[in-house]
Amino acid sequence: MASDAITVPVGQTEARPWVDELHQWLTTVDHKRLGILYIVSSLLFLAVGGVEALIIRIQLMHSHNNFVSPEVFNQMFTMHGTTMIFFVAMPVLFGFANYLVPLMIGARDMAFPRLNAFSFWLSFLGGLLLYFSFVGGSGLYGAGSAPDVGWWSYAPLGARAFSPGHSSDYWTLALLVSGFGSIGTAINIIATILCLRCPGMKLSRMPLLVWMNLVMAGMVLLAITPLSAAQIMLLIDRYLGGHFFDTQAGGSAVLWMHFFWIFGHPEVYILIIPCFAFMSEIIPVFSRKPIFGYPVMVAATVCIAFVSMSVWAHHMFTIGMNSYANSFFTITTMVVGIPTGIKIFNWIGTMWGGRIQFKTAMLFSIGFLFQFLIAGLTGIMLAASPFDWQLSLSYFVVAHFHYVIVGGILFALFGAFYYWYPKMTGRMLSESLGKWHFWLFLIGFHMTFDVMHIPGILGMPRRIYTYEPGRGWDTLNLIVSIGAFIQAIAILVFLANLIISYFKGVRAGNDPWDAWTLEWSMSSPPPAYNFATVPTVESRRPLWDLKHPEDPDSRYE
Amino acid sequence: MSAVTGITPTSFPNPATEWHLPSRGKVAMAGLIIAESAIFTIFVVAYLFYIGKSTTGPTPQEVLETPIFYTICLLSSSLTIHLAAKALERDYRRLFLALLLLTIALGGLFLFGTAQEWHRLIYQRGLTISTNLFGTTYYSLVGLHAFHVTAGLIMLSLAAIFGFIGRVGVDQSGRVAVLSMYWHFVDAVWVVVFTVVYVLGR
Repeated sequence: MASDAITVPVGQTEARPWVDELHQWLTTVDHKRLGILYIVSSLLFLAVGGVEALIIRIQLMHSHNNFVSPEVFNQMFTMHGTTMIFFVAMPVLFGFANYLVPLMIGARDMAFPRLNAFSFWLSFLGGLLLYFSFVGGSGLYGAGSAPDVGWWSYAPLGARAFSPGHSSDYWTLALLVSGFGSIGTAINIIATILCLRCPGMKLSRMPLLVWMNLVMAGMVLLAITPLSAAQIMLLIDRYLGGHFFDTQAGGSAVLWMHFFWIFGHPEVYILIIPCFAFMSEIIPVFSRKPIFGYPVMVAATVCIAFVSMSVWAHHMFTIGMNSYANSFFTITTMVVGIPTGIKIFNWIGTMWGGRIQFKTAMLFSIGFLFQFLIAGLTGIMLAASPFDWQLSLSYFVVAHFHYVIVGGILFALFGAFYYWYPKMTGRMLSESLGKWHFWLFLIGFHMTFDVMHIPGILGMPRRIYTYEPGRGWDTLNLIVSIGAFIQAIAILVFLANLIISYFKGVRAGNDPWDAWTLEWSMSSPPPAYNFATVPTVESRRPLWDLKHPEDPDSRYE
Repeated sequence: MSAVTGITPTSFPNPATEWHLPSRGKVAMAGLIIAESAIFTIFVVAYLFYIGKSTTGPTPQEVLETPIFYTICLLSSSLTIHLAAKALERDYRRLFLALLLLTIALGGLFLFGTAQEWHRLIYQRGLTISTNLFGTTYYSLVGLHAFHVTAGLIMLSLAAIFGFIGRVGVDQSGRVAVLSMYWHFVDAVWVVVFTVVYVLGR
């Protein structure tokens, strides 16, 4: 333990001036601090995106409402979608990857720390640029308007003729800038995982979280770049007189859809695969059993990554492709459900015969399993193109993807927060506040998104700012909106938990959960240099080997 | 806890001699090349999809002249930078510098050729990015490539400047190898762009 005894020079025991502390945070290249910056900035954008969602839900609470004008409503759903995908989900997942990957592979930092910092600030700047549109963008309706073209900005709505002013440009540039940040982070993650693993950590001994972030980073390289290319083409059309998406000059609006969804579909897998990673770390620890079928989990993830690159046009079933194309995309979309199902079976297999501990992180993980399954099933329903012809552009689709994103991704993220907050801050999150958070959010989530499928089936279209009474949608929309407010309260409980526990939480030791991966081998929070001596590992669970030298995993692997 | 290293690995080979991981510069550049290839693929797909679809204006057959000389320049520059990297590995610093300068000259010549062609197309044949769909896709694709050539030339010039002040030796040969990976990528993209624009597109 001698290497842990670091003598602190006398001058540093005084509190640093806050300007100094701020400067440290603004100029840091430490992966742990950048991870926290990513996570905190994503929580800020979560609050803003959540407010936008509540505005949408208030407007739709009953028929012929006029809480906001149609113009503002369009801006709300555009900004809500863009914010949540690009400035909440992606940054928070990059943040966790940044924090955890070097710790789990026994490295002292990411491969390129300055590129890491640059990528974060690009990402954050992109978010600020998007929101500056409220002040600076002069859209169709006058000065100071946010983009209102949907988060996909379909051609030719995105063209200069139909979206004059600059509001749409803020959307384009914000995504271009933060896209470059994402590519930088992805390159960094791949280089870190392939080049900085500690001795003994062969690829087959890496924690599953590391594997999945490797796959995710590879997908980012191949999926975000088509969006960047399409954004460049859109800018050329808008500002240099180009004709990429100008049908009158021979261009094609459908080509924008293809390019956007070639990005858009792998993007949602980029979002879910790190959540699979969290589940693969949390469920074993709280079942007190190693993950069931490690090699198959890796293989299934790689399969999902490949197949998901071939399903994009299931977002375009209604545009008039021929039956061969429709059938192809139906088949590939159904096929991608197979490796996903395998993973769900493996998580269940991990819990089976284990000694389950119902800590808050595990509650969220169990919720994930049920909800992700149901969301996947509605996805398979939509994969059948004739079924999709009825339900495309309806609230059934909205319900499906929110079920995955909120019921899947957000639940997994909450689990990750409760699991790794002790490591990041040295304090445990309050379990009782956590349970309030979980149950309130569960009730609100199901009230909103279970019910939301029904107006979809009854024919309620998407992207409408109001609807006629007497169609049977009023009560259902009211229930959906009430559920949204319950979720908002639950999020407030969560934020309160994060803040209160930071100051008053029970102090966490190195390893509060009795877990097995390398990040639990050091103090909470870890020292700036991570490892005093670079470890050598002999199995997939190095801390198990350490705690149980009479029965090490290395004997069985 | 540093006690993790308390395990004395009896079954694991001595890490100092047997734990080899790839160089992070090469892995990162490979990642960048993969990402950039995806961007170029999208532009190439748009170009191919839009062949023959312009509703007005000059066609490729009417205005394009195949830039064989400048293509040879660019492709030879791949050879020269490969030789330059090899020379540096053996510490032949002056040979390295000479070959690097030759690479920059050849790349610069290629850019000059592109500029000359664009000047002719704009002022003599009336083809701009907004003239018609062919103009849009042509200038976008060739322009994106030329942008990457320019970025590469800037990096090569930086390497040359460092070389002239004596800061580039055997120890930097890994970094020069990474730079030459990028340059090979730029050349490979030109092979594709050339085929699509000047062979298939006409």
